[in-house]
Amino acid sequence: MQKVSLEVNGKKVTKEVPDHTTLSGLLRDILNLTGTHIGCDTSQCGACVVHVDGKSIKSCTALAVDLDGSKVTTIEGLASNGKLHPMQEAFKKMHGLQCGFCTPGMIMSAVDLLKNKKNPNDQEIRDWLEGNICRCTGYHNIVAAVKEAASKM
Amino acid sequence: MKTFNYHSAKDVKEASKLASSNSAFLAGGMTTLPSMKLGLASYKDIIDIKRIKKLSGIKVSGKTVTIGATTKHAEVANSKEVKKAIPSLAALAEGIGDPQVRNRGTIGGSIANNDPAADYPSACIALNATIHTNNRKIDAEKFFRGMFETSLKSSEIIEAIEFDIPQKSSYQKLPNPASRYAIVGVYVAKHKTGINVGVTGAKSCVYNDKDLSGALSNNFSSSAIDNVKVSTSGMNSDIHASAEYRANMVKVFAKKAVDAC
Repeated sequence: MQKVSLEVNGKKVTKEVPDHTTLSGLLRDILNLTGTHIGCDTSQCGACVVHVDGKSIKSCTALAVDLDGSKVTTIEGLASNGKLHPMQEAFKKMHGLQCGFCTPGMIMSAVDLLKNKKNPNDQEIRDWLEGNICRCTGYHNIVAAVKEAASKM
Repeated sequence: MKTFNYHSAKDVKEASKLASSNSAFLAGGMTTLPSMKLGLASYKDIIDIKRIKKLSGIKVSGKTVTIGATTKHAEVANSKEVKKAIPSLAALAEGIGDPQVRNRGTIGGSIANNDPAADYPSACIALNATIHTNNRKIDAEKFFRGMFETSLKSSEIIEAIEFDIPQKSSYQKLPNPASRYAIVGVYVAKHKTGINVGVTGAKSCVYNDKDLSGALSNNFSSSAIDNVKVSTSGMNSDIHASAEYRANMVKVFAKKAVDAC
């Protein structure tokens, strides 16, 4: 067992976890933050994307213990005071989801994109979302949602 | 994933001491962790080397660029120094995996794994890289031994990779449309001392194509390789591409790389 201390969505947490616990496992099974989804569980699909120290990573492919001392933001940490984040609003407005399974990862990845590039074009958005797979939408409305969010942020 | 004992090594000496025939070093974990989840690998001990400060960072001297083993792909891709000294190397790093993989995956992990379709091994071949380990310095040509095989010993740790700064260079790849792995990737580099054509994705292991570099050394232009026949011998043949197609793509992408130099 390993002791892991993290700041998750602004709250300090310390837990004892088995050595092989992934960040996604810690978030979902121990902290009950089930907004982070596990799709492929091998870093292909991107449903598990969260931010660690300000950068997007795939939480299924990082050991919790390895991130000791980090700041983690999950999809649950985006809205503030009951108000959706502009990226969440944009996905809703532009119909950037159907079943919603990939959406938490898409949104966390897209928020990281806009930190690095304020007004990305269609190709830049598609390139950035290469590691986020959606089997419903055909991506068109996801790209539209990211552009809409960029115009509001 | 089967359980294991996690260790975070404070220095290279400690990491090397902890190593056994039943352990693995952990850097970004972009291959190690999925392999363990899929049951393709299991270890008693996982030795994390990410907290060893001296293994990370980028140094540029007059003639070489040295990149620490645990330096992440995103750091190489965004490095102003790398972009200035060897722009093709920064561009290669920008094309690995996806943004989240680039935020975790490391150069040392990539070359230690020696995936036949990985990008960095072709850069090591093309840029006359020297692999610095905790015991010795290994020339890239001797480092990559075969599919997922290198000349590293079990307790040996890559500390840094030193690349020669070429006069001109370019890396061009044909990515698989779904996985984005290189079906073929060709890294052409022109040095004062000669030309290298590092080819990845095409065979079971990265290699330096001497026929192509030979033709280019007489005349560094894409037309110089029009008449070179790339042999299908040893070329991978799978559902993504036949050996004949790969052989032809090596030539096509070598020409693209020369034109982009």
